[in-house]
Amino acid sequence: MMEKILLAGFGGQGVMFIGKIITYAGMLDGREVCWIPSYGPEMRGGTANCSVIVSDEEIHSPVIESADFGIVLNQPSYDKFLLRIKPGGVLVVNSSIISTEQKRDDIEIIALPAGDIANGIGNPSLANMVCLGALLPKMNLTHIKSIEKAIDSVVGKKKPELYELNMAAVKKGLER
Amino acid sequence: MSRELLKGNEAIAEAAIRSGCRLFFGYPITPSTEIVEYLSKHMPKAGGTVLQGEDEIASINMCYGAAATGARVMTASSSPGYSLKQEGLSYLAAVELPVVVVNINRSGPGLGGLGPSQADYFQCTKGGGHGDYRVIVLAPSKGQEMYDYTMLAFDLADKWRTPVVILSDGYLGQMMEPIELKERPAAELPPKTWAITGAGSRGKKQNLASYTLTNEIGEAENLRWQAKFEKMRQAEQRWETFHTEDAEYIIVGYGSCGRIGKSAVLNARKKGLKVGLIRPITLWPFPVKAFENMKNVKGILTVELNAGQMIEDVKLAVNCQAPVHLCNRMGGIMPSENEVLRKLVQVFNLAVEV
Amino acid sequence: MQKVIGRPTGLTELPFHYCPGCTHGIIHRLIGEVMAELGIIENTIGVAPVGCAGFSLDFFACDFVGAAHGRAQAVATGIKRSLPDKLVFTYQGDGDIAAIGTSHAIHVAARGEKITSIMVNNAVFGMTGGQMAPTTLPGMKTTTSPYGRDCAVFGQPIDLPKTVATLSGAVYVAAGSVDTPKNILQTKKYLKKAFQVQQMGLGFSFVSILSTCPTNWALSPVDSLKWLQDNMIPVYELGELKVAEEVKAL
Repeated sequence: MMEKILLAGFGGQGVMFIGKIITYAGMLDGREVCWIPSYGPEMRGGTANCSVIVSDEEIHSPVIESADFGIVLNQPSYDKFLLRIKPGGVLVVNSSIISTEQKRDDIEIIALPAGDIANGIGNPSLANMVCLGALLPKMNLTHIKSIEKAIDSVVGKKKPELYELNMAAVKKGLER
Repeated sequence: MSRELLKGNEAIAEAAIRSGCRLFFGYPITPSTEIVEYLSKHMPKAGGTVLQGEDEIASINMCYGAAATGARVMTASSSPGYSLKQEGLSYLAAVELPVVVVNINRSGPGLGGLGPSQADYFQCTKGGGHGDYRVIVLAPSKGQEMYDYTMLAFDLADKWRTPVVILSDGYLGQMMEPIELKERPAAELPPKTWAITGAGSRGKKQNLASYTLTNEIGEAENLRWQAKFEKMRQAEQRWETFHTEDAEYIIVGYGSCGRIGKSAVLNARKKGLKVGLIRPITLWPFPVKAFENMKNVKGILTVELNAGQMIEDVKLAVNCQAPVHLCNRMGGIMPSENEVLRKLVQVFNLAVEV
Repeated sequence: MQKVIGRPTGLTELPFHYCPGCTHGIIHRLIGEVMAELGIIENTIGVAPVGCAGFSLDFFACDFVGAAHGRAQAVATGIKRSLPDKLVFTYQGDGDIAAIGTSHAIHVAARGEKITSIMVNNAVFGMTGGQMAPTTLPGMKTTTSPYGRDCAVFGQPIDLPKTVATLSGAVYVAAGSVDTPKNILQTKKYLKKAFQVQQMGLGFSFVSILSTCPTNWALSPVDSLKWLQDNMIPVYELGELKVAEEVKAL
């Protein structure tokens, strides 16, 4: 099995970070993973995105034509990536700042006010983790346990308080 | 063995340190910059030096000086910066100095763009600088190979007294994959008796230079270099095959395109097409031996991120045994596996829906 | 009969094949003597560039590396960073270090690279046959300024040692000439101090030396010396242009 995930938002919204967390979680689970950032002028202002592949078998092509899952944190990302989700796939949308007028009925759109939820727990920059939490139940190769371990390995070792904050946000998303 | 999540560029840098490289001279350029950044952070801890030169010309010439002393040394850049290194590479080839040079290919010509590209294939494999020379060119296709081939590059450089180029692209440089941080494999390498370490180290003076004062010496030197290149050509061809045993069609791609080609092969097999893949690992010497027996092959498709460069070497190697076509994207765009398969089906008139 | 003077051990036995009256030979000898007196021949690595100075690698008794045109100081940087205990010097013409190699001349000085650079300034490209160099004097005829250097077109000559002296990592900068016995002896002192600065690891040291090129100037050796005195010395100031505090103690 192979799952392809697209993550996009404004620079600073932490899309690269959730990509790294999913990738790290997959590696800790012994899976094949690969993380590809947008880079160069693409990341200087505007929309940043990265893609992640988690797989039970060797990953050959890293190019994602259409993804199984997506998380979009801002409007330009929604507009750009709505059509890049496979039929039957899932797109998590930060509805705090995204209008979902343009629709698709062949994919599941989970619209949640991630920005407001993050504000509610005192840190607006955690909208990314809220969305990740909301996507977790849909994914087959990435589970909450491995996300916990990944967050702990990536930030928890140096800054335990960040681990708590990030996990609180993931759980808020998961509870939805 | 434990795996670490590293960008391809970081894997190259880590492998360099673990290959005993303690000197790096470079100049930042996207999308290769993580190499100089990673080394700036980690090389001093290993007792080494990273010096950011005033430009790529300075950096490659600093490598020349360090290599002349017998030290393991590396530089890294991306296409426009690699162009600036050509003067130095020509001198390195002439004086026969081992240096590892990384080119994280971005699109050109000119300033171009930062996207992945293979448009420097000619420049890397046909010499690049002035004069008749070749350097070994290794083409990794994934993070682990960025690591492994870097270690191999240092050994090949020492073995043949030659610059070795690692030709990759922005996609592979920026991509993070789990890397096994293997120890350096043991290699038997010739002693560096030619190194410039001061006359006191051997009791007589020694020079390293490439200037020939007469045409006769010039010709003798060229004959000697060409004889060495021929030996390298015979000894160092490397490639990977993927489902080629019964293949009627063969995809040829290196680096990123080698990976995409493998996915295309698997998709083709699901549709009942007998497709295989040859992935050149050394771009120079080009793996001609991989194409020796093409009698059951009906067609070949090269996949490249350029206007069609490697296809010339493929055609020479195939020697008219089968038709050779091109599937390419340029300017920083990568083809998907389905795009490759569609092209294959189209050029060879296969009755399959993709 | 007792031999009272001979070739310094810093030079090989190979006879110089520079043109008659060329002062490269004198400067080679001075460097050979300095290396012998400091006892550093076996511990020194020279870097030769392209141009007449490119011949120098066979004449010195120390190890030598041949570099591309203008790149000697970058090559020397690589050598020194690899072998910090060795003494490393570059021997370059003005057409090399003050033209194609200028960026390296600026940056080794800025970094305080612990090497010594020697610039032999004869105001032309010698090896290629007397073309204009950045150091060619106003009005001076060369094969690429056949009507005389027009400063409105080509600008004024560069005085590289003065430029280098402004950079903090250059701790010793001197400009000598080899036109008279007095200046020859003075130049030797500069060279010796430059190598001592490097031995002490104090920073970048630079000695510029005014030199003749009778062949390309189309003058006799004697007239060449006179031409140097009348035309170059007024433009290129001689003396110690910069002696940093830490060097004064030497």
